Amino acid sequence: MNALRDALLPAPPAARGIPRIAVAAGGMLAALLMAVPVYAWATGDAYVLTMFSRILVFALAAVGLNIALGYGGMVSMGHAMYIGLGAYLVVLLQEAGIVSGWLQIAAILLVVAVVAALAGWVALRTQGIAFIMITLAFAQLFFFLFVSLKAYGGDEGMTLPQPSGFGPLTGDRTALYYALLACLGATVYGVSRMVRSRFGLVLRASRLNMRRVNAVGTAPLPYRLTAYVLSALVCALAGFFLVNLTGFVSPAYLAWTVSGELIVMVVLGGVGTVVGPVVGAVGLLLLEELLKGWTEYWMMVLGPLIVLMVLVLRRGLWGLLPAARGDGAEARE
Amino acid sequence: MSPELVLTQLLNGVQFGVLLFLMAAGLTLVFGIMNFINLAHGSLYMMGAYFAALAYGKTDSFLLAIAAGTLGLFALAVALDRLALSALHRRDHLDQVLATFGLVLFANEAVRLFWGSTPLFMDVPAWLSGPVQLLGFNYPAYRGAIIAVGLLVALGLHLLIDRTRVGMLIRAGASNRDMVSALGVNIGWLTTFIFALGAALAGLAGAMVGPMMSIQSGMGEPVLILTLVVIVIGGIGSIRGALLGALIVGIADTLGRGVLPVLLYRLFDPAVAAAAGPALASVGVYLLMAAVLALRPQGLFPVRHT
Repeated sequence: MNALRDALLPAPPAARGIPRIAVAAGGMLAALLMAVPVYAWATGDAYVLTMFSRILVFALAAVGLNIALGYGGMVSMGHAMYIGLGAYLVVLLQEAGIVSGWLQIAAILLVVAVVAALAGWVALRTQGIAFIMITLAFAQLFFFLFVSLKAYGGDEGMTLPQPSGFGPLTGDRTALYYALLACLGATVYGVSRMVRSRFGLVLRASRLNMRRVNAVGTAPLPYRLTAYVLSALVCALAGFFLVNLTGFVSPAYLAWTVSGELIVMVVLGGVGTVVGPVVGAVGLLLLEELLKGWTEYWMMVLGPLIVLMVLVLRRGLWGLLPAARGDGAEARE
Repeated sequence: MSPELVLTQLLNGVQFGVLLFLMAAGLTLVFGIMNFINLAHGSLYMMGAYFAALAYGKTDSFLLAIAAGTLGLFALAVALDRLALSALHRRDHLDQVLATFGLVLFANEAVRLFWGSTPLFMDVPAWLSGPVQLLGFNYPAYRGAIIAVGLLVALGLHLLIDRTRVGMLIRAGASNRDMVSALGVNIGWLTTFIFALGAALAGLAGAMVGPMMSIQSGMGEPVLILTLVVIVIGGIGSIRGALLGALIVGIADTLGRGVLPVLLYRLFDPAVAAAAGPALASVGVYLLMAAVLALRPQGLFPVRHT
């Protein structure tokens, strides 16, 4: 493995552990997110809880996308399809009589793993621009599929008959929030471990130079496909939470703009940083909330801001932290 | 199902394919030469439709409306490329996707701000509103005119790229950009010209669909995504691939919607057919793309780098 590291990667990320400032910033973010239900309960402001639940859903999805996009260099323009699949599967499973939340999650992960493996296998036969276009097209495939399913509300969508069953906690908004937060924390921890593992090493190396990975005797495709499927599974889990949060599912969850926004979140927070996508999701959705309160034509402001972000904020918000680079931040040329 | 119906559907497919070709030609040239992914190509198409509707309302001349959509987009694209996009040519694809995504959001909202959310409509001009006799049956003259214009553009592009000095530079730029630059060609203006040419074709497509579709914010994205499918199927960077891919996608999509449901009713139980028909018709093109890619990742008609 050391030979692999030496052959493939530039200077290894310092083994000095996570820098103190990153720990402090990450801890503060976690504490703030944990305090949201307390604030909502104290002020009686239920909207804050809903809004931050939504932010956590997209933070989870962005962390998932970052596995493929940030560490594997796979610019997927179609990850909204896995959020939508996760959401629609909850409705389908309930109609089939499966109301247990645990069973639903298991079934969703199974189905999405198969779909993502197939879609990923086809898409990963190409690279660069073609990969972007194909992932976008696959997402459109499912978008139009759900639009045409009149039994499930067509393009208007349908309401979830009942929330996923979790015993006495079924339908509890605060429990949903903390479950989301726990899930997000566990995923972030999992990604930080993955990045440093042999799997993560090969994945990151394949992003930098696939030919070299091949040359040292490791076929990159299985690693890239696994990363693609993993990132799809995290997004599907986010979809499971999303439908339970809104009690509603519609093809709009799979719209191509959602995939675009997910990429914006990852880049805004910092591509290839463990915590960056969470920061990006919080930042983008709060900004949208602010702009929506300000003008009806908020996208006219958001669009140029995205362009500006591309031009000046190359390392993302998380990358602005002076020492956050030990966080496994991937260099961009 | 009469042969006349099938033939009409087939021609409708060709007409849709020709429109997709106008979109795909510009996009594939920009991909091939600048290695630049432009998600805002659909917005250019939308602007073409709006410019045409605006000019049609002011002058009442359909030809001037088409000219406004085409030339207006050429000028707009020169400005856009010089001011903003040329800064992105050297960036990676991720940055290009994001920046042009931001432009799409901006364009859709700006159009809503200036022209409102209610769709605009254009009338088919009187001299094209009747049917034409074609192989003994009637076909709408306007759709026929679109097919003719599209095929003329295809011929023109072929002549431009294979027979002129500019075309030679374009081909050279596609295979080695730096070398062309080193030989003393101003590659910056060449790429601006190609980008503007592609934008003008997208504007032409937008102007021509004006009388057939409602003109509204967000009309570009469905077409953009089908255009991407065309390019992937045809092979990135290839004009020939764009034309053949566009015809394949246009015909497959139209027949999938027009003929497939009828066939399903013949073959299956009506309940099954009613459920499967629309679903299959709307995803057919994407399944076709997946099948093509699984067998030939580089597309059906890839550019041969010799």
